Amino acid sequence: MAENKQSACVTCQPAGLCGGKGLLTLKDGAWRNNPLAIQVLGICSALAVTSRLENSLVMGAALIFVCVGSNLIVSLLRKRTPHRIRMIAEVAIIATFVIFFDQFLKAFYWDMSKQLGPYVGLIITNCIVMGRAEAFALQNPPIVSMVDGLANGIGYAVVLAIIGFFRELLGTGEIFGHQVLSSQWYTPNQLMILAPGAFFALGIVIGIFNALKGPEPQEKK
Amino acid sequence: MSETSAWVIFIAAIFTNNILLTNFLGMCSFIVCSGQIRTSLGLGTAVTFVMVTTTILNYVIYHLVLAPYGLVHLQFIVFIAVIAAFVQLVEMFVERFSPRLYFALGIFLPLITVNCAILGASLFMIIREYSFMQSIGFGLGAGIGWALAIILLAGLRQKMRYSNVPEPFRGVPIAMLITGVMAMTFMGFAGMVSIQ
Repeated sequence: MAENKQSACVTCQPAGLCGGKGLLTLKDGAWRNNPLAIQVLGICSALAVTSRLENSLVMGAALIFVCVGSNLIVSLLRKRTPHRIRMIAEVAIIATFVIFFDQFLKAFYWDMSKQLGPYVGLIITNCIVMGRAEAFALQNPPIVSMVDGLANGIGYAVVLAIIGFFRELLGTGEIFGHQVLSSQWYTPNQLMILAPGAFFALGIVIGIFNALKGPEPQEKK
Repeated sequence: MSETSAWVIFIAAIFTNNILLTNFLGMCSFIVCSGQIRTSLGLGTAVTFVMVTTTILNYVIYHLVLAPYGLVHLQFIVFIAVIAAFVQLVEMFVERFSPRLYFALGIFLPLITVNCAILGASLFMIIREYSFMQSIGFGLGAGIGWALAIILLAGLRQKMRYSNVPEPFRGVPIAMLITGVMAMTFMGFAGMVSIQ
């Protein structure tokens, strides 16, 4: 790969590549190498859809579906894909699964589809999916790749759910639209459901993950 | 929506509806590449250029090809293919005709295909039903807004090197918190113009 020229500016894919070495277990993808909190991939959607818990869960499900599906197909085709065009092939496979999910949402959950807006389509450029296809599915047999996709999808969905939970709780005092914090003593902090709240919430979550994980990964930098 | 002038959309896309600070698009390269002002300036220029041109291209393709033939559900795959092909083309063109520009922009071009702000701008354009002129205004404004945000963050992060940040919050987390403050500051523009 010709990315030594880009050393000033590491892309999403090399970050995914570094995280992909070694035997990946479910725990590894979901916790130790959590794609969102540790590798900081695919944060666009993590910030955008987490203003409500429900949206976060749907988005998590979407990513699990796309990640498992694309990992399976990329892995099945890995010996037939010419190396030079593998990127575009991966994008096409991922886009296909995203279209499946988008059409499904539009057909059965129109309101949800409206709320998520362009962010379902943006799963295509989500570095997690691309990173896993590139780093893992290209070298591994289908079943293991599916497990890897599942693990990373779950890791992403869990962090999304955590952020969505706190943003909805603190921003509106509700969970799934039900009043949890009584309005008598809790004044909803509107900031949490607006854009800055998303940045604060994700920054703090990543900080906490780093703190729990210990100082070891910082040595590389 | 259709009466808003392209100029208003242009201003709104930079300040009140900044694609990065309110729609969170293009975060990956935003966080990773905001170490230095020079780097972010180059990336910002490249993103602005590609965003305007691909928004126009995708507008034309959507309204002349996809919509008349009922292929709207294929928009994701078509848009991303257009963006990837266009970036590749620009890279070859720039390399051949302007080596100086290639060195300035060249290494950033491949990064742009995976920048979700580019695809996001095209998708927003379709969802908000912009006209042709509005799309140009939006593409240009969104690109400049993105560049503005990444350059501001790069400036702040250069200063941050001398601050004593708690260990687990070094790097990405503190960049997120700074961005949060920036987003809050940009909310101050909210009364100026508004698009949905």
